[in-house]
Amino acid sequence: MSSLTIRNLRKSFGSVEVLKGIDIEAKAGEFIALVGPSGCGKSTLLAMIAGLESVSEGEIRIGDRLVNSVAPKDRDIAMVFQSYALYPTMTVRENITFGMESRGVPRPQRDEAVKRVAALLQIEPLLGRKPGQLSGGQRQRVAMGRALVRDPKLFLFDEPLSNLDAKLRVDMRSEIKKLHHRVGKTTIYVTHDQVEAMTLASRIAVMHQGQVQQFDEPQAVYDRPANMFVAGFMGSPAMNFIQTEVGTDTDGRPAVSFKAAGGGTATLALHNGIAGQISTRNVILGIRPEHIFRYSPELKAAKPSIAKVEAPVEMVEPTGAETIGFMRFGDLEVVGRFDPDEAPRMGETITLGVDMSHACLFDPITKNLI
Amino acid sequence: MSTAEVDGGQVGPTWRERLTKASPVLVLVPSLAASFIYIFVFTIWTLYISLSNSSLLPSYDFVGLSNYVSLWSNRRWNIAYSNLFLFSAFYIVGAMAIGLLLAILIDQRVRGEAMWRTIFLYPLAVSFIVTGTVWSWLYNPVDGIQMLVRGLGWTDFNFALASDRNTAIYAIIITGIWQSSGFAMALFLAGLRSVDPDLVKAAQIDGASTFRTYRKVILPVIAPIFLAVAVIQIQFAIKTFDLVAALTRGGPGISTTFPAIYVYDLMFQRGQIGEGAAAAMMMLAALAVVLVPYSFYVVWRRRKENRHD
Ligand SMILES: Nc1ncnc2c1ncn2[C@@H]1O[C@H](COP(=O)(O)OP(=O)(O)OP(=O)(O)O)[C@@H](O)[C@H]1O
Ligand SMILES: [Mg+2]
Repeated sequence: MSSLTIRNLRKSFGSVEVLKGIDIEAKAGEFIALVGPSGCGKSTLLAMIAGLESVSEGEIRIGDRLVNSVAPKDRDIAMVFQSYALYPTMTVRENITFGMESRGVPRPQRDEAVKRVAALLQIEPLLGRKPGQLSGGQRQRVAMGRALVRDPKLFLFDEPLSNLDAKLRVDMRSEIKKLHHRVGKTTIYVTHDQVEAMTLASRIAVMHQGQVQQFDEPQAVYDRPANMFVAGFMGSPAMNFIQTEVGTDTDGRPAVSFKAAGGGTATLALHNGIAGQISTRNVILGIRPEHIFRYSPELKAAKPSIAKVEAPVEMVEPTGAETIGFMRFGDLEVVGRFDPDEAPRMGETITLGVDMSHACLFDPITKNLI
Repeated sequence: MSTAEVDGGQVGPTWRERLTKASPVLVLVPSLAASFIYIFVFTIWTLYISLSNSSLLPSYDFVGLSNYVSLWSNRRWNIAYSNLFLFSAFYIVGAMAIGLLLAILIDQRVRGEAMWRTIFLYPLAVSFIVTGTVWSWLYNPVDGIQMLVRGLGWTDFNFALASDRNTAIYAIIITGIWQSSGFAMALFLAGLRSVDPDLVKAAQIDGASTFRTYRKVILPVIAPIFLAVAVIQIQFAIKTFDLVAALTRGGPGISTTFPAIYVYDLMFQRGQIGEGAAAAMMMLAALAVVLVPYSFYVVWRRRKENRHD
C-alpha cells in the first residue's frame, strides 16, 4: 500500500492543454473519486498515473518514488478499464493470469492466486469461458479480478460501472465498497456519477476544464461547495441559485432580498456569522432542494434558522419516497424536495420555510463560495 | 383456407406495390442467370468434355477417364501440378509473413504512414503481365540486376534465378510475393487498427513485452484475417497464368510450367480439348480442397456467433 502524490500536473495534446495544473494527494489506503463532466480530463489523468500517457509537466509520485518516466509495468499498479479490455481470445482464467505469466510467476502460485480471486468475486464457474460468453456484470467482475489478482500499490478504475444497468450498478457499487474495506488498497476511481463518488470515496476531487475545482471529503464537497460549478454538479436535483441583493430585514438583521413572484420583494434573513464576510452588494444564494420545506410554526420552533417566503407552485413530480415541487421565485424556478405528506399542490401559493443555516452564498463575479 | 377467405374479402395490393416488391428480383435475375450459366452450366459442360474424346473440336463420345489417365502419365503435367503446390506454399506464407511484418511496422505510428501504405500497395495496382515483364528484365542476366551489380565492380556477382531450370520457380515465387505482400499488408493493417487500443494498454499494464502483446493479444484477435488473406491468395496462386506467361513462359524448358499454362497449351495450341478439360477439372479440384472447408468454417462460425448473441 502506498500513497499517491500529484503536483502541478499538466498535459497538452498538441496545442490543446487538457490538464492545467492538477494537485491531488491520496494517503495510503485512501479511496479517491475523480468526478467531472465528460471531457474534463479524468481519463487522461488516470492514464498518466498509469503511465499510458506521457507527462507534459509536473510530477507523479507513488509512495516516495517519482514515476514520471517509469514504464506502466514497473509502476506496480492495476487498472480496470471503462471498456473492461478483457482479452477476447483468452478464457477468464487466462485473462486473470496473463499479467502474472508475463512477470514469470510460477504456475502453482498463479493457480493459487486465481483460486483466491475467483472465490472473492464469485466467478469460479466462469473461469473456463471466453469474455464473449459473459454478461456485462460478469465481465465487470472478471476485469476486477484481473486487477485484484496482483498485489499492486495502487488501483485505478475508469468508470467501471458506467456500462451496467441501474440495478446492477447499485449492487456492484456496494461490492466495490466492501472490497475496498477488505483489501484496503489506495484507489483512484473515475466516475461521472456523483452518487457513486459520494458513496464510495473518502475524498472527492471535482474536475472541470482540466482543473481540480475542489478536493475534499464527500460531505464537505456537498455542504460547502467551493464554487458554483461544484455546487451545481454535485447533488440531484441541482442546487437552486438565486440572484439577491444584500440588506437587512424588517427586524434589522442582515438579509438577502430578491424579486418575488407577485412583483414584490422577498427577504430572507441570513444565518449568523456569514453576513460579516460579505463584501459585495449582490450575492448569489444557493439552496439545496432538501432545505426547502412547507412552513409551519412547529418547523420554525424546531429550526430557528428557517426563513419564510411565499411562492406559487408550478408543477409537482411525485417519485414515491419524496415529491419534487417546482416553485416560481421571480423569474426563476426553484426546486424543492418535500415529504409526500406535506407536498405542495399544483397551482397553490405555498408558504415555504427555507433553512438558511445550510444556504451557500457565492460571489457573483468570481463564482466562489463566500 | 381461412387466409384465402380473408384475402378474397380485401382489395389486393396495387400493381405499383407489386412492382416495388418485385423490383429487387427483376434487377437481380439477369446477373444471377449469367452467373449460374457461367459457373454451373460451363463447369458441368467442361466435366462432360473431359470425359469425351474431344480433340480439336468438342465431341460427345464418352470415353470414361482415359483423358485423366493420359494427363497424369504426362511428365509435364506432373511438374506443373507439383509446381503449383510449391509455388502456393511459398507464395502464401511469404506474402503473409512480409505483409504482416510491414503492417506491424507501419502500425508503430511511423511518420508518413500514408506514403508507405501507398508504396507497398502499389504493386497490386500493376497487372501480373506488367509485373512479369518488368521482373523478367530484372532477372535477365544480360541487362538486369546482375549486369547492374557487375557494372558497379563486383564482376563475379551472379543473379540469374530465372534462367536456371532449378531456380526459375523461385524467381516466380519472389515476384509473386513482391506483387501481393502489399495486399496482405493492407488487410492486416486494417485488422490491427480495428483492435481496441485498451487491450494494448491493458497488456502494457500487465507487463507484457511488445512481442508478447502481439503474439498473445493482438494477433489472436485478428486471426480471421489470416484465414481470409490465405484463402484469397490460394485462389490467386491456383489461377496463376499471366505472371508465369510474362516472366518465364513456362521455361527454361518445362521447369516452370503451371496447370493454367498447361491447360491453355492443350486446348488452344495442341487441339486436345478433352485432356485440357480434364486438367481444368483438376485445377477446380485443387481450389475446392481449399474453398469448401473454408466456406463450411465461415458458416459454422456465423452460427456460433449467432448462438451467443
Ligand atoms: N489522444 C488525444 N489527442 C487529443 N486530444 C485528446 C486525446 N485524448 C483526449 N483528448 C482530449 O482531452 C480531453 C479530456 O479527455 P478525457 O478522455 O480525459 O475526458 P474524460 O473526463 O475522461 O471524459 P469522459 O467522462 O467522457 O470519459 C477531451 O477534450 C479530449 O478531446
Ligand atoms: Mg473518460
